[in-house]
Amino acid sequence: MVAALLLREIQILLRARASIVNPLAFLLLSTLLFAIAAPKLVAETSHQASGILWVLVLFTQLLSLDAMFRRDYDSGTLEQSLIMADVPFVAVLLRIFVQWLGTGLVIVIATPVIGPLLGLSWAAVPGAMLALLLGTPALSLLGSIGAGITVGFSRGGIILALLVLPLFLPVLIFGTDIVNAAAAGLNYTAQIYWLALITLAALIVAPFAALAGLRISVEMQ
Amino acid sequence: MTEPLTLELTTLACQRGGRVLFAKLNLVLGPGTCLELLGANGAGKSTLLRTLAGLHSQYQGSFHGPSAVYQGHRLGLDELMTPLENLAWFAGLESCVFDQHKALTLATRLGILPLVHTPCGKLSAGQQRRVAMIRWILSPRRVWLLDEPLTALDIDAQSLLNQIIAEYCASGGIVVCATHTALSVADKSILQLAAAPEQSSW
Repeated sequence: MVAALLLREIQILLRARASIVNPLAFLLLSTLLFAIAAPKLVAETSHQASGILWVLVLFTQLLSLDAMFRRDYDSGTLEQSLIMADVPFVAVLLRIFVQWLGTGLVIVIATPVIGPLLGLSWAAVPGAMLALLLGTPALSLLGSIGAGITVGFSRGGIILALLVLPLFLPVLIFGTDIVNAAAAGLNYTAQIYWLALITLAALIVAPFAALAGLRISVEMQ
Repeated sequence: MTEPLTLELTTLACQRGGRVLFAKLNLVLGPGTCLELLGANGAGKSTLLRTLAGLHSQYQGSFHGPSAVYQGHRLGLDELMTPLENLAWFAGLESCVFDQHKALTLATRLGILPLVHTPCGKLSAGQQRRVAMIRWILSPRRVWLLDEPLTALDIDAQSLLNQIIAEYCASGGIVVCATHTALSVADKSILQLAAAPEQSSW
């Protein structure tokens, strides 16, 4: 079951390239906006860079979350996976994983480019990549809850943001702290553990909550 | 895991937005039954089918039966994937082995063999419906819940659909079909959904 479902997810990811290209384009474009609007801020390596980087990552994630279940909902494959799947939970978990591949992982890979453009010191780049690698799965997982609940609304964007952004706060706090510590050359092992804990907790809770939200959305239609 | 052979509805009444849609249903559908659901728009045909499929939880009474294939207005075919890929995905959902030979045989019978490698988004509505029909047949489930299956089908496909339903019933399957155009299946039973006698709210 997992192999067949994963095959479809990867096929869709590769055919609907927008799901990878759009978040990356958004991230680069908003970086450019910062460079234009606040050139002083990003010209020299600054303490603010970690915060800006993480907030941009949060917004990128938020934009791509709306599309997470949208296509499947519109085409009816979502209701079919709820009815026909042996374990619907697996289908939801795979979708979250593939959404992370298309946004979170791409962001991590793009960090060495984006970070220094925002004024992040080169010394902090490995720490930032590690923080994003650990933190972005939590963003995808927690975001899937909001995406599942709002997929039935034709314009769920704002509600999705209101639901999901508060859930992102712990990730933001520990994520920026890791980058700051890395920039200052301090040890950030403790924050890494905390971020890993948040991601694991999200992995345990979020897919079930997302599945429940999806069931409600399918029933409301 | 043994599944029940019959689909039983016990004083089942569906609700939508707090309103009871139709009078309580008591039915026992044995293997080989084809039940045609009739009723005006809004009588609750689709809601009854979605309830039996497990997608709608606002109902009174109870039902139990074998797990079912449900076909709603949305076909559940991914536009970016070809019919064969969609069918393989459905087989994967149910943890079945995808029988490509059987799928191609059925595609030949339904006249969509040249299209099996074309993305579903490029097929016409009727052609997509034909792909969906293959999906029902490939599923090992013993109940089909069909909501307006004749929509968008041409005359040939309509008679094929009737044949397929008759064959499925002959092999012991149960079909519940909401439709406005009568099926030409020989021994079908008909259920007219009537409005609930009193408007109860809870």
